[in-house]
Amino acid sequence: MFKHIMMPVDLAHADKLDRAMTVAADQAKHYGAKVTYVGVTAATPGSVARTPEEYADKLAKLAAAQAELHGIDAGSHPVVSHDPAVDLDDKLIEARKELGADLVVMATHLPNMADMFLPGHGGELARHSQVSVFLVRPA
Amino acid sequence: MSDETDIQGIPTPEGHSDIIETDYKIGQDNIETKIGPFGLDIHNPVFVISGMTVIAFVAYALVAPGHANGLFNGVDASAVEGCEPGAFCDLGMRSYLTSTFDWFFLSAANLFVLFSLFLIVSPWGGVRLGGTDARPDYSYAGWFAMLFAAGMGIGLMFFGVLEPAYYFGTPWGDEPLGAVRPFTEDGVLIQENVAEARRMALAATSYHWALHPWAIYAVVALALALFSYNKGLPLTIRSAFYPIFGDRVWGWTGHIIDTLAVFATLFGLATSLGFGAQQANAGLEYVYGIPNTTTVQVILITAITAVALVSVVRGLDGGVKVLSEINMSIALVLLLFVLFAAGAATILSEFVTGLGAYFKELIPLSTPFGREDDGYRQGWTAFYWAWWISWSPFVGMFIARVSRGRTVREFVTCVLVIPSIVCVFWMAVFGGAAINDIIANPEASAVKAQVIDSYNPPLSLFAMLESLPLAAITSTIGIVLVIVFFVTSSDSGSLVIDTITAGGKVDAPVPQRIFWCTFEGLVAIALLIGGGLGALQAMVISTGLPFTIILLIICYAILRGLMAEKRG
Repeated sequence: MFKHIMMPVDLAHADKLDRAMTVAADQAKHYGAKVTYVGVTAATPGSVARTPEEYADKLAKLAAAQAELHGIDAGSHPVVSHDPAVDLDDKLIEARKELGADLVVMATHLPNMADMFLPGHGGELARHSQVSVFLVRPA
Repeated sequence: MSDETDIQGIPTPEGHSDIIETDYKIGQDNIETKIGPFGLDIHNPVFVISGMTVIAFVAYALVAPGHANGLFNGVDASAVEGCEPGAFCDLGMRSYLTSTFDWFFLSAANLFVLFSLFLIVSPWGGVRLGGTDARPDYSYAGWFAMLFAAGMGIGLMFFGVLEPAYYFGTPWGDEPLGAVRPFTEDGVLIQENVAEARRMALAATSYHWALHPWAIYAVVALALALFSYNKGLPLTIRSAFYPIFGDRVWGWTGHIIDTLAVFATLFGLATSLGFGAQQANAGLEYVYGIPNTTTVQVILITAITAVALVSVVRGLDGGVKVLSEINMSIALVLLLFVLFAAGAATILSEFVTGLGAYFKELIPLSTPFGREDDGYRQGWTAFYWAWWISWSPFVGMFIARVSRGRTVREFVTCVLVIPSIVCVFWMAVFGGAAINDIIANPEASAVKAQVIDSYNPPLSLFAMLESLPLAAITSTIGIVLVIVFFVTSSDSGSLVIDTITAGGKVDAPVPQRIFWCTFEGLVAIALLIGGGLGALQAMVISTGLPFTIILLIICYAILRGLMAEKRG
């Protein structure tokens, strides 16, 4: 049913991604789909990496580790943004189109009041993407 | 999982660059917390100290306005026992600093110009920001619009007419280099002095808006870009001090430097918001008869802040860049209108004269010692230099943020030379049109009435526009431009403060930038209502002095940093 799963990841909060990554891997195994891990970074040094190349490297390692752990076909797709705090949703929507992914799996927070002013990234992606979006909430 | 997100290990640069090895992890001192449903990611202790001190300062200026005014702007020496004329208590902090340290400000600014020019011709000019293979993020047009709108826009609106007209006809004895006056004591025009007074007015104005301020910005911007893009350190002012203090910059040494940068930026922005609201209100009264009251100004600040909020929430590309480009387009329209309405041939020759005069008088004007023109040198030049320097962390950081991928030579040339030429041109057009109006008919000249006969700075621009056709339309454009320029300063400033108070992270949660943008507006409103804007302005100047020392050290740090880089 699905051929290509896109999974947006925030490397700065990788500890909160376990549930969603398991879901992505399980779906990939079930449908025999490929998973591409997408990360958005700024060109300035950040907490994850000090250069965009270092960031790309870390994202590639994460994909490789997932591929090995779950025995799936996995790749990575780093995106450099001028202002990631704001551009993230647009960059993810663009990346989804570019990759031609037909399912998005991503971790998201519980809905709250703040979403009225600054909607969560998962919700925005679901609203603006033409494909299925699987939002994985914390347990 | 931990292996993938561990930042130990040698990072991969883009082409060759000299990453500094440090155990400091960006964001390690940050507190990630939640206030209600909103997430925060703030630097401890820079965020809290900056915020609290600003609140304490505003409280001081509001609760004890008399004391604050005395401290910052001086008291009447004759009325206070033990206060000698010319002493600190008489002058106040602002005048004391500019009259005591004028030589220091002038010398330092000269050094920044020489240093920048040296970088252009030096072999390090080939070093590329972001590593040898990095490519520019923005086109020249977008890049230039942003650095110009953030760095100078509003000043051009406020001083473009005021300053040349003021130097041309000042009756207060502060002529630059003691130039001739074109008026007798009775206000009668002395024809043979006009050409010389006019030449000197343009040279003296250009001096404050061309190479020197942009060299100050270039130094800070280059340091920030070099130490974050090439060395991998966080995008905050403290990173430039790494070659000197080593890992101590992550401790209190760095906290103090960053906190000072936040003060300078926030006070500078709040002052501008306050004065901008006054200028816009003065214009609205002049053109539309809208009353000039605190209420109207508070509404204006609220509106400016609201638009700036939309801009910061839309981000660097969707908000700040778009507004900067709109801004530049409107400014260009106004510039071209004034150019042609006031007579393109005359004004263009004015530009050539102004540029020539600028270069001819550059050395006398920038000499720090042995001069008689205290009013000009201390009251204007030293004030300007302190002002530009206190703005430099903000503008410099913003320029750095959008300049990745440029070489040092390209960077310094574009930040120094091109804006300087544009500024001299702007001053020639607006100042030239204003002086034309004064000499054409001194009796009826609105510019002369508002600038020379009575000193009414916020109205100078509108007085000049009145002398040209379509004044109602162009004045309205002028008011809009003043407001939009404030928005572009306010939004880029909020991004900068947010980054510094998040320990150099540019991806801190959006509510934080909303907080700083709102906070700036509130500070400006509180001080406007409480009458503390003068104190705030003095505070801007006061942060300029320690920052001059910081900038001098930064020049040394840049050299150290560049020496380790591979030339392009």
